[in-house]
Amino acid sequence: MSPTTIDISRTGFSSEVFEQFLATRSEPSWITDARRAAFDQYQNLLQSELDPEEFKRVDLRVFNAGKFRPSAGTVDSSSISTLLSDKTEFGGSVAHVNGQVTQATVSDQIRAQGVLFGELQGLMTTHRELLEPYFMKKAVQTDADRFSAWHAAFWTGGTLLYVPRNVEVALPLHSLIAHSRDGVADFSHTLIILEDGARATLLEETTSANEDIAGLHVGCVELIVGRDANLRYVQLQNWNQKSWHFAHQAGCVDSNASLQWTVVGLGSKLAHIHQDINLNGRAATAEVNGVTFVSDRQKISYYTQQHHKAQGTHSDLLYKEVLRDEARVIWRGMIKVDPAAQQTDGYQRSDALMLSDDARCDSIPGLEIEADDVKCTHGATTGRVDKEQIFYCMSRGIHRHEAMHMIVEGFFQKVYDRIPVEIVRETLSRTVQGKLGIESIAV
Amino acid sequence: MSAVLKISDLHVNVGETPILKGVNMEIRQGEVHALMGPNGSGKSTLAYALAGHPNYTVTDGSIEIDGVNVTEMEADERARLGMFLAFQYPVVIPGVKVADFLRHAVSNIRNPDRKEGEGLIGMREFRKEIRERMNELGMDPEFARRYLNDGFSGGEKKRMEILQLAMLQPRFAILDETDSGLDSDAVRVVSEGLAKLSGPQMGVLIITHHERLLEFNPPQFTHVMLGGRIVETGDASLANELHANGYATVRARHPEAAAENAKAEAAAV
Repeated sequence: MSPTTIDISRTGFSSEVFEQFLATRSEPSWITDARRAAFDQYQNLLQSELDPEEFKRVDLRVFNAGKFRPSAGTVDSSSISTLLSDKTEFGGSVAHVNGQVTQATVSDQIRAQGVLFGELQGLMTTHRELLEPYFMKKAVQTDADRFSAWHAAFWTGGTLLYVPRNVEVALPLHSLIAHSRDGVADFSHTLIILEDGARATLLEETTSANEDIAGLHVGCVELIVGRDANLRYVQLQNWNQKSWHFAHQAGCVDSNASLQWTVVGLGSKLAHIHQDINLNGRAATAEVNGVTFVSDRQKISYYTQQHHKAQGTHSDLLYKEVLRDEARVIWRGMIKVDPAAQQTDGYQRSDALMLSDDARCDSIPGLEIEADDVKCTHGATTGRVDKEQIFYCMSRGIHRHEAMHMIVEGFFQKVYDRIPVEIVRETLSRTVQGKLGIESIAV
Repeated sequence: MSAVLKISDLHVNVGETPILKGVNMEIRQGEVHALMGPNGSGKSTLAYALAGHPNYTVTDGSIEIDGVNVTEMEADERARLGMFLAFQYPVVIPGVKVADFLRHAVSNIRNPDRKEGEGLIGMREFRKEIRERMNELGMDPEFARRYLNDGFSGGEKKRMEILQLAMLQPRFAILDETDSGLDSDAVRVVSEGLAKLSGPQMGVLIITHHERLLEFNPPQFTHVMLGGRIVETGDASLANELHANGYATVRARHPEAAAENAKAEAAAV
């Protein structure tokens, strides 16, 4: 089952394709050089096995990268409907379609605060000194595996949020990553840097223009949270069911800073998310929320690591998964505590609710503790919707489907309660209702 | 005119096993009936079968509410026609707040034609009403914000059943050992609560082993069940006699049913 090494000529992302891609770019040489180095690493990494701990349950044999190409040329964003963008007032918004930024706006007020918010590729050129030290150097490393290297070679567009010291961005910001054409490979990147004492909220969503286009997303999210800073970041993955989603996502939290991170998985044919939470500074805090709802033959795999590197750090991860039809979820979670990270308080939990006999969930929590004065707790549960619960609701006059919806909502409630942004909670509730499409669920 | 809950020759199986073997009963709005009987006689089966639990299969006979045959109906349709079961073991629904649950229930019961997902009863009106009912039942308003039966004590769960009864105002309420497992204070609260709620608009079937509930809610009719049949029907004095003397005399009067009951009881162990 474990994925084997791959001949580069079969991936569709050969040297020729890479050179053609470079030819379409007009970038400073330091960026091109970094791409070339990454492409070399990509080629090398394709020759070695993926980490079996992370990938042995993720079947990549049916994944044919050759069907996808990086997109070039102009795109139109008017046909893209989003879950979040009309629902509240945003301080700014960046939209990608097929890997190209089609829109980037930010309010004058936020700009006047010294905040940079917009297209990453342009800002990398104009703000090299500021951004180069961060881009794929602090949070996600280019050579982490073949996907990170692949991303580093081909990344385009991207959303950058940079908030200077002690600045608070009062309104949430919005980032959209969309596919509008069949066969698009998109390598968009999200980089958020909060300087010491800064505060901000970014809501990001992914979507496909319709149900029929096949898409590939090889993404990267880097969250850098400075001392005493507070970042709230939500990514709502809502691709259609013909999309492949691979993402390296990592947060670095410095002393006394806090990161509230919500990962939502609704779409995709197959998704694999590698999520690292690095608690780098003393008394850093991270709260990680996962909301996953998969149906049909969707597969979503999460590999999460809460890495405590400093004293008195606190992490709390709660994932909730609902599965119907023949869907599958894999969650492999690890809490890692370095020798220096005494008085760590680490928690991780994954709860799955199965709506059918054919769904399957593998939850594998783990601990790797090298300090001796720590409190670490982990757990995982898998359950089914109880017929007695349905009957109880129905005996009070509530329709069967409404009862089902109520029970699923109730299951997610604990994690909803932790999501700090109200429109995200509302949007999830609505989306979950839509996705329940309850008629075909046998109870 | 008052409506009738009419149970005719009701036969019910659980799986392959026949439990009810021809039950007949008529309950009018405004009447209080007590249903008594030893373990294994089929009392809870009758309660679940009336409410429409899918594991209880009606193999013969019928259940009618106000002339409407509900035997083939799902539980929610029956509830919208006025049937209510206070559960012996109320079910926990994690993450669903009491108020949200009841608002959905009330919306469906009062507007039986409501389609799924359609508007709910107004929040302000609902809130006022649930506060009043909770106040009458001596319940802390905080209760409305708790998750339904989650972490509730036995007494709290039963009180929650009575609150639901108060909010839904059914035409026919079946109380399945609502007083079991409670301390005497809780039994008093539940008994008084029911006495306040029942009236000319509600027919009540009380399944109980306890005197207290019947003391507060004196039955006009007492039915004794044995071996899946109603073997005797009398007035309140029959209930008192059974409390005082147990079922020995009833068994003696109905040896065949007693033998069937003993078989069922043995099979259940």
